[in-house]
Amino acid sequence: MSETNGQHEKKRLENPPKSVKIKIQRRENEKAQALWETFEIPYRRNLNVISALMEIRKNPLTIDGKKTTPPVWDMSCLEQVCGICTMVIDGGVRQSCSALIDDLLLASGGDTVTLEPMSKFPNIRDLKVDRSRMFDHLKQVHAWIELDGTYDLGPGPHISNEIAQERYKYSRCMTCGCCLEACPQYSGDQYIGPQAIAQARLFNMHPTGKITMDERLEGLTGDDGITNCGNAQNCIQVCPMSIPLTRAIYETNRDMTVHALFGWLKK
Amino acid sequence: MASNGLKIAIVGGGLAGLAAAMKIAEAGHEVDLISVVPVKRSHSVCAQGGINGAVNTKGEGDSPAKHLDDTVYGGDFLANQTPVKRMCDMAPQIIYLFDRMGVPFSRTKEGLMDFRRFGGTLHHRTAFAGASTGQQLLYALDEQVRKWEVAGKVNKYEGWEMLSLVLDDHQVCRGLIAMNLQTLELKAFAADAVIMATGGPGLIFGKSTNSMTCTGSATSACYQQGARYGNGEFIQVHPTSIPGEDKLRLMSESARGEGGRVWVPRNKGDERKPKDIPESERWYFLEEKYPAFGNLVTRDIATREIFQVCLEGMGVGGENQVYLDLTHIPAETLTRKLGAILEIYEMFVGDDPRYVPMRIFPGVHYSMGGLWVDFEQRTSIPGLFAAGECDYSIHGANRLGANSLVSCVYGGFTAAPSAIEYAKNVERGATETNGVHEAELKRQQEINDAIVRNEGTENQYKLHEELGKWMTDNVTVVRYNDRLKATDDKLLELIDRFKHISINDSNLWATQAVPHARQLWNMLQLARVITLGALNRNESRGAHYKPEFPERDDEHWMKSTIAEYSEEAPVFSYESIDTSLIEPRKRDYSSKKTPAAKMPKPGSELKPEGRAEMLVREGERIRKGESIKE
Repeated sequence: MSETNGQHEKKRLENPPKSVKIKIQRRENEKAQALWETFEIPYRRNLNVISALMEIRKNPLTIDGKKTTPPVWDMSCLEQVCGICTMVIDGGVRQSCSALIDDLLLASGGDTVTLEPMSKFPNIRDLKVDRSRMFDHLKQVHAWIELDGTYDLGPGPHISNEIAQERYKYSRCMTCGCCLEACPQYSGDQYIGPQAIAQARLFNMHPTGKITMDERLEGLTGDDGITNCGNAQNCIQVCPMSIPLTRAIYETNRDMTVHALFGWLKK
Repeated sequence: MASNGLKIAIVGGGLAGLAAAMKIAEAGHEVDLISVVPVKRSHSVCAQGGINGAVNTKGEGDSPAKHLDDTVYGGDFLANQTPVKRMCDMAPQIIYLFDRMGVPFSRTKEGLMDFRRFGGTLHHRTAFAGASTGQQLLYALDEQVRKWEVAGKVNKYEGWEMLSLVLDDHQVCRGLIAMNLQTLELKAFAADAVIMATGGPGLIFGKSTNSMTCTGSATSACYQQGARYGNGEFIQVHPTSIPGEDKLRLMSESARGEGGRVWVPRNKGDERKPKDIPESERWYFLEEKYPAFGNLVTRDIATREIFQVCLEGMGVGGENQVYLDLTHIPAETLTRKLGAILEIYEMFVGDDPRYVPMRIFPGVHYSMGGLWVDFEQRTSIPGLFAAGECDYSIHGANRLGANSLVSCVYGGFTAAPSAIEYAKNVERGATETNGVHEAELKRQQEINDAIVRNEGTENQYKLHEELGKWMTDNVTVVRYNDRLKATDDKLLELIDRFKHISINDSNLWATQAVPHARQLWNMLQLARVITLGALNRNESRGAHYKPEFPERDDEHWMKSTIAEYSEEAPVFSYESIDTSLIEPRKRDYSSKKTPAAKMPKPGSELKPEGRAEMLVREGERIRKGESIKE
């Protein structure tokens, strides 16, 4: 273990700048024209994008000394587990809470961090977007287990730890939308996208969930269904929870084939 | 409002709110669910370690009675015991239900649920799904409630913040006013009953382990409208958090549950890397002082020990930090059992805790106090119920790890039938037409308008920072009366300065300044309840510790603190505790064996008697609008 110790410590910016520039795409509301404003804040070692935005919000003056409105963005848990603070940072979609300024400058070699809202969802204002469509997709694929009731019926079915761990990976999806932002096939209503397919897979893998698998697959057969996947595999690159999204699509496709075949035979 | 079915409004879509929503929808009634964020993003996702329930799958002879004793003892005998017993009895069923809903709990070879150890108990009682159990449980309820949404039983209002209750002339709750966070539109939600499930008030302390939504604003609004607030001064400071610029990130107790060890170098100022310091020169101070519980001593004690070590200059590098060390455990085991939380550390600090000991320090984490409720989760306002962290029951003076998730679900599962029962019997009268909703709507609109109009020189975010700093410095781990007094003076000053804020945002569409201003006012009011409650309580009990009064004083202080709002200052009264099940005894985790509890006889039926019965009666009288005198 000792020989690996060196690598497990963080690489840090060696000659940090005195200040950092934060360039933000601003929009007064959904219909307004987007414009850019740049702010400058003192550099501190542990700054993340959220604390930079908090600093700006306290006293919103642009780098040119112009008084402006405080930038609007979404945030909640700040531990990369609620998914709400997702935005496009230096061109990549990710959560802003876990984006450390130090790492961003180290990667870019510059002194500026650029923030934009996600582009695939309706904008509300500045960096805030409306992702309610993703929750509708979960309805479409019946992403739940059918229960007879919530009264006491004892424990659920025996499940091997392997299956439990495999399902756990899918169950960590926080509906952040990174996969949809990165997917070339996803825009508006044409394609339901990887997150909903992976959630269908999560429940299809469960012994009880399997019983109603057909209902879930039904939700993926329409015009916006699973066949729209163009196999670009961008989703798996950007998923912050490392969910095996492409495997979910592959395995669900396989289930669909069986479903189509037997569905036809049943008729 | 539907004329035949009942309509119940729930504020908050975390574990407690969703648990209640599911039960009410299942019973065939309609729910309006109001939440500041999409419910799937509620703070419950941050709970990491697990959920307690005495399922006894490890042959350890665990039982709900032992769970009850651990909880009451861990809470330093401040909790009414009857609801705690009901929760511990329900806990195994709750865990089984989540299992049926498909939560990917970690499992044994046989394919059963696996259980881990947590603080304040000697049993393997904690079911877990990796190290993101709260997220997994919340998602399961989110899924079930989504099903009810599709069925038309649940109407979600996500992105709406509650501002106030609608009370009629008899102080009966008839609904609430909420604000759309995009348009700032206000809307009256008429309801037969309202359930508060809004979580904790961590943001009063500025930086805490809580999500940014945990302002306590809505509960404070209830308090300011007459709801009694219980045990406000009991604030849990979690022993292990990761200090950050924007918040303190939680490092779960499960890290210690899986064998993590807390230590500092024995020699002050030892600057060697941790791996270069030999065992003999490491001070495992918790293991040394608490041989039986070791690193899993209760949170209040672990926090004070770490605090003390750092005060004495023994912290790592002389700073406010100690090591939490997992490096003796195989990396593969750590990834499997604790992956999610180790990732958080790696992401925000950069070092890999599988190979480098983590540096941690205590951080404000949980409020044991909250809205006063009776044993059926009814608050002191008729028609208003509360469940989860926003209510004061269950945890007493200190919460045990992995008891929060179970208490949220228990609270929701109890509040739901209780609210239905109330709603069935309440006279609706002319409340739909007599204008109480419009009147309250107008009052709230005027408050908003005044905030928008205000053009003062104070900055609301800077005021919030000052509030957080004063509260963290003076009203957390160690409390002194002179500093508590000074803090209340400061709070009065901040309340005064609040009147001179300017929202600094000329664009009102989706502005965050107006909601924040509303929250800040409510936080300031609740901060006084916490601070003055602490000032009054001259003893040390659980999380409340005063060096000037280092002992627990049952004779004078085995009482719940009750705060009631008045414009000048909160009015305090005290209510004795239901100890009908376990006789209070001194809490001592330092001996090898924990003092044996006097257990309720197996199978004995719970008979609320004496004080407990009186509390229930008192609840009835409050609902009838009679005044209660101690």
